Amino acid sequence: MSVGEIRVAINSDQDIVSARQKGRAMASELGFSSGDATLIATAISELARNIVSYARKGQITLKGVHGSSRVGIVVIASDDGPGILDIRQALRDGFSTSGSLGLGLPGVRRLMDEFEIDSQPGRGTIVAVKKWRQ
Amino acid sequence: MEVPILKQGAVLIATFQAALSDADLNQLRMGLVQQVVKFRSRAVIVDVTAMDVMDSFASRTLREIAHMIRLRGAETVIVGIQPEVAFAMVQLGLTLEGVATALDLEEGLAYLNEKFKTTS
Repeated sequence: MSVGEIRVAINSDQDIVSARQKGRAMASELGFSSGDATLIATAISELARNIVSYARKGQITLKGVHGSSRVGIVVIASDDGPGILDIRQALRDGFSTSGSLGLGLPGVRRLMDEFEIDSQPGRGTIVAVKKWRQ
Repeated sequence: MEVPILKQGAVLIATFQAALSDADLNQLRMGLVQQVVKFRSRAVIVDVTAMDVMDSFASRTLREIAHMIRLRGAETVIVGIQPEVAFAMVQLGLTLEGVATALDLEEGLAYLNEKFKTTS
């Protein structure tokens, strides 16, 4: 079974729905449980929403990863937006849970197994998250 | 995709048919509040059984809908949050504090009937 790479351009709120649906489909294809597929779809929704809200446009890349003994999915959200001034603050919990402020990044981190972020003011943001199949 | 709103007596029932975009959710919020005013409804049930993902925007919009409707003196019940969706919401740190929830449409109607009985 090979699941390739899917790229979804994120330009509007409608693309958020399309990105998370493609992510769920890929997760199911990779053999994730439907519960985990929902967690992955939710994380994609939050990441895609950050792109629309803060950078206006960007891209979500979905990839299957096949390690020696495990299978996973990688979600990469990238944009050329304003970037994040204080990454540490953006990752602090409580900063985001109200939904009105913040990026929801601590929540996304909890939904997934691995989380990486690279951002510089004025240079955009890349968030890469991974979840392994149980 | 627009969310159909059915009127059943003093209750409005909005049933999500599929995954909704932010624009759809905003439209639902306006539509529900307008119809509560128009029909002088006492309660609103929002059935989210078909909702694939409840992210921060969706849960914030549902909270706002419930609060607006409460300001009109009516009650909102969210029904049909799927177990997997509930699990993801908790992981994400999302709550629907102050908003009534019920297992499904039937339970939601039963909850409202009980409530109206005791208040009238």
